Amino acid sequence: MLRVLLLTLSVVAVAHAELCKPDAQNAFKVRLSIKTALGDNAYAWDANEEYLFKAMVAFAMRRYSSESTTQISNVLLCNVTDRVSFWFVVTDSSKNVTTVPGSEVEAAIRMNRNRINSAFLLSDKTLQFLKITSTLSPPVEPSTPVWLIVFGVVLCLIVAGIVFLVVAGIQQRKKKNKESTERENLEEKGEVTVTLENGIPCEALDLKAGHINGVFAADDERFTSL
Amino acid sequence: LPVSPEIPKEDGRPKWDNKFQYILSCIGFAVGLGNVWRFPYLCQIHGGGAFLIPYFIALLFEGIPLLHLELALGQCLKKGSISAWNTISPYLGGVGIGSWIVSVLVSLYYNTVLTWVMWYFINSFQEPLPWSICPLNENRTGLNEECYESTAVNYFWYRKTLNITPDVTESGTLQWWLILCLATCWAIVYLCTIRGIETTGKAIYVTAIFPYLVLTIFLIHGLTLPGATDGLAYLFTPKLNTLKNPRVWLDAATQIFFSLSLAFGGLIAFSSYNPPKNDCEKDAVTVAIVNSMTSLYASIPVFSVLGFKATTGYWDCLDRNIISIINEFDLPEESIMRQNYTAWISFLNSSYPEKIAGLKLKNCDLQEFLDQSVSGTGLAFIIFTQAIILMPGSQAWAILFFIMLFSLGLSSMFGNIEGVFTPLLELRIISKSIPKELLSGIICLICFLVALCFMLGSGSYWIDIFDRYAGSLPLLVIAFFEVIGVAYVYKIKRFSKDVKWMTGRKPNLYWQITWRFISPLLLLIVFVAFVTLQIQKPPSYAAWNPKYEGFPMKEEKVYPPWVQAICVLLVFLPCVFVPLVALFHLIRRMCRSKDPSFVPPEVFSCQGANN
Repeated sequence: MLRVLLLTLSVVAVAHAELCKPDAQNAFKVRLSIKTALGDNAYAWDANEEYLFKAMVAFAMRRYSSESTTQISNVLLCNVTDRVSFWFVVTDSSKNVTTVPGSEVEAAIRMNRNRINSAFLLSDKTLQFLKITSTLSPPVEPSTPVWLIVFGVVLCLIVAGIVFLVVAGIQQRKKKNKESTERENLEEKGEVTVTLENGIPCEALDLKAGHINGVFAADDERFTSL
Repeated sequence: LPVSPEIPKEDGRPKWDNKFQYILSCIGFAVGLGNVWRFPYLCQIHGGGAFLIPYFIALLFEGIPLLHLELALGQCLKKGSISAWNTISPYLGGVGIGSWIVSVLVSLYYNTVLTWVMWYFINSFQEPLPWSICPLNENRTGLNEECYESTAVNYFWYRKTLNITPDVTESGTLQWWLILCLATCWAIVYLCTIRGIETTGKAIYVTAIFPYLVLTIFLIHGLTLPGATDGLAYLFTPKLNTLKNPRVWLDAATQIFFSLSLAFGGLIAFSSYNPPKNDCEKDAVTVAIVNSMTSLYASIPVFSVLGFKATTGYWDCLDRNIISIINEFDLPEESIMRQNYTAWISFLNSSYPEKIAGLKLKNCDLQEFLDQSVSGTGLAFIIFTQAIILMPGSQAWAILFFIMLFSLGLSSMFGNIEGVFTPLLELRIISKSIPKELLSGIICLICFLVALCFMLGSGSYWIDIFDRYAGSLPLLVIAFFEVIGVAYVYKIKRFSKDVKWMTGRKPNLYWQITWRFISPLLLLIVFVAFVTLQIQKPPSYAAWNPKYEGFPMKEEKVYPPWVQAICVLLVFLPCVFVPLVALFHLIRRMCRSKDPSFVPPEVFSCQGANN
């Protein structure tokens, strides 16, 4: 009895070894980069993690095809290295010595890729299935391009500035014209005496720009009145 | 008895609000994009610190004398370039017309460069920055091919911004997004130059001072980046044996000349608004020194950032090699780090040489990354944008960088537009009743419509053509005739008397010698060397062609004959007026000298014009 058991176990072991080896048919290589992804929070890769991996692959196979009856024991891992990389195959649950076709496994994994990734806290880049390409997610595009909004704001400010300056210029010109026509009218009527000082009319002298000499400005106090 | 007085005609000429505004405008005109993206490049390729020697020699013997000449001229004559040269001597009127035409040509294409800066600026508000990621291709299986083969930054510049055609003869279509930005840029220029120096004088406070603030911020941040010291050491380590190459001296002379924005007529226009008794000698020395110091100051953050970019590139190269090795040999992660990389490589090479050879590892060399030198638009829009992506908080840095470039370019545009605007105001053809706002509006509108040609797919090739031909040789010719004209037609003795009247002291021996002999000689040598270098090989350009077999390298192409004809036209158009006008007046004098009642015009003097 014991001998029969040992014999069966060794046959199964040999069969497993033949099914799962590097570059075997329907086998896939997996590579994990845990330290790159998690840095200080990296966990060690041990037998428990391997168990979780087998469970996730079985879950993926079951979810992919409703008739699938893949068990955890159907997922075989081998050649685990320090890198953390290994090969795995999925054996057919009904016939223990054949493997599920690679295309099925690939489709199942692709369908559940994000579930598998999140179970290990990794991403497509840090948990690599070396023959399974991942579909790329499209870049996020906002509904209105942001640059149009910024452009609109800038343009509105500039146009407002131009309109303001042009209108101010026109108003200034109108005021100047009105003033000069008023002066002309008054001069014609001879009512304005323009006092000249050195040939320059006194009004043209900008008292603001000039300096008032304090000595001479306050002379009504220094001299006695007549 | 009230008397209707003779009100003496007021000058009516606008004035600077204060001296600081004037100095700032000159500095803003001189300090432009070239200080940021041409000077550091020249420093790098011509032996680092050693380049400063020919640079300062050129500054001393060519830059400062010519600058003083132009500022003194404008201040004395109180007129824009065309009228000023007509006053000096009618035979020299062509010099003024030539510099006016150059100002027009340069205004056309300079604002297009600002358009590109504005486009990048308004795109900097996105997260993530649009030049950091490649878009997907049509069936979403991978990245866009053109982007994948070159880099995301290159793709955004050549495809999304310029939509460049593979050849200068293929015009492509108008890029509507660039047209919008061009309209905005010209609107900004119009807003600031609407009333001439009355409005630019206010705007210059912002546009001239802001770049210094941003440069300081970038300096502080750049020095904290890893690899900054490598970049700075690379820049400033002097390699004195490069001075034996005459190309270095030529580049130094041309850089000083173009950097100070001489011979545009803009400086003459600026100083013509000065009060007559203003120390133009001190102004010239101040502006020249500030311009050179700014170039030096700007090269420090530029090279810190370039050093940072080279170091990150080097680290990326190493990391990629490390990953390949780890994956191939199934070694645990972090067993090979950058520090022990060389030790591991030598060990593995001795034990498994075929496997290592099979990996096709790239040879990572920091010097090679540092050696990648670029100048011009490539530096700003490709290299710098790539470096900005690597910095934390990239949006803020991008926004700051592009606003800085925009204000640098805008203050130079003020000088260009002033060089176009002031002479037009003084022409008697333009009636006095046209308000200044209308005239500046017409100038901006015409320039905008002509600049639409640069918005085509081949636009950037045309901008290169304008920059290489319209913005270089004619200036040398005009400056040469300026110095000769003042030194030998107007005569240095008269000019020295005028300068003495304005500044209060006679120009000393340095000015006499440089104005009379050294500067004209230097300009002649630079001109001849420049022309010789240009005609040695047929003019070619580098085209961005995705179908080229060496892509992403650019394809070297030769200009077709009709484009070469346009290049020659661009060079000759400003220069041809110098002999034409002289000839015209010569013929007129010969006709008139037969007329006995002809009276020669009065001798002009600066003192007389201002009393």
